[in-house]
Amino acid sequence: MQASIPSIVGQMIVFAIFVWFTMKFVWPPITKALDERQKRIADGLAAAEKGQKALAEASKSGDDALKAARAQAQDIVAAANKQATQLVEQARADAESEKARIVAAGHAEVVREVTQAKDALRRQVGELAVAGAAKILKREINAGAHAELISELAAKV
Amino acid sequence: MSAESGAAKTPAEYVSHHLMHLTSNHDTGFVSMSNWHIDTLFFSTVLGLIFLTLFRIAAVRATSGVPGGLQNFVEIIIEFVDNSVKDSFKGDRSFIAPFALTIFCWVFLWNCMDLVPVDLLPLFGEHVLGLHALRVVPSADMSATFALSLSVFFFIFWYSFKSKGVVGFAKEFLTHPFGAKLLPFNIILNTVEYLAKPLSLALRLFGNLYAGELIFILIALLPWWAQVIPGMGWMIFHILVVTLQAFIFMTLTIVYLSMANENHDDAEHH
Repeated sequence: MQASIPSIVGQMIVFAIFVWFTMKFVWPPITKALDERQKRIADGLAAAEKGQKALAEASKSGDDALKAARAQAQDIVAAANKQATQLVEQARADAESEKARIVAAGHAEVVREVTQAKDALRRQVGELAVAGAAKILKREINAGAHAELISELAAKV
Repeated sequence: MSAESGAAKTPAEYVSHHLMHLTSNHDTGFVSMSNWHIDTLFFSTVLGLIFLTLFRIAAVRATSGVPGGLQNFVEIIIEFVDNSVKDSFKGDRSFIAPFALTIFCWVFLWNCMDLVPVDLLPLFGEHVLGLHALRVVPSADMSATFALSLSVFFFIFWYSFKSKGVVGFAKEFLTHPFGAKLLPFNIILNTVEYLAKPLSLALRLFGNLYAGELIFILIALLPWWAQVIPGMGWMIFHILVVTLQAFIFMTLTIVYLSMANENHDDAEHH
């Protein structure tokens, strides 16, 4: 058992170097990493809480938007139904008036054709009568003297 | 284990050989001014370098992300030391915390050498390297433990001067705790108190580990079949002692330096 002074001094020098090394190159990087991690975890927790709050708000506003959209869609459907009914009514009215017009036109045509046919018939009857009379009169009188009389007759028919 | 070397020696020779240092000369005085304890210096330096290398690797790779195994281990120790310091030391910890960490890890590794089979390295040294003696537990050498405790002693004064000033320290040394009228008693009491700190620090560690080593040597003298149970028992108990003594040395260092760092004038007003 011996306490050796040179060994004590040597050990103290070695110890001083070790402490200096630990102080400079070991302690700061590790405690820095620890502090950074602590900060990151705290930040992460805060961000998570914020995210949760934002999520709640977003889902609430989403619900509101959905409700509004549903109401709007209902309005649109109602308006569309109304418009469709109007369109159908309009179309029906148009069709009715068109029908009336077509019928009227047909009617007028028929009347016109009847008139035409009557005119033609009357002319033909007149001519026929003149021809008949002419044939009859050919033998007795010349056609020239009586043509005026016959056409006057035809106009009367 | 001990049988080969023990056969040629008497038990007394065996024990005293185990308690001899690998020294630079043959001075056998209790306090030697010239005798280097080469084994203590060698093992303590190597163990310190192991500590520094391990921790430096962890420090270089340190990340604030997910830590690996080594970083986790190092962080646990550093947080443990930092919390121990934080609990009692008020003020800037940038010196005292690494100081305490170095003490804890270094002393722990010193003490761990006591768990190496007691004959293993001395036999290797004797037969392979031709060393006449070898002691592998630095903390079972007063030179090592006093080196630490005297360093702590130095920093006790350092922190005292820093917090109170040299004059304030002298005033406290002369007038506390009995007042200026009982100055001689104050001097005696304070001297004893200050000297007790490095002495108790160094001798507590030395005594525990020296005794532990001695018991291992005595167990090694038993017949091989009788060694197992006591050897194992003492080994398991020593795992506790190894950690506890390192922890005590660190904690007392922190406490002493915290006391030195406190300003007693302020403390009395509370």
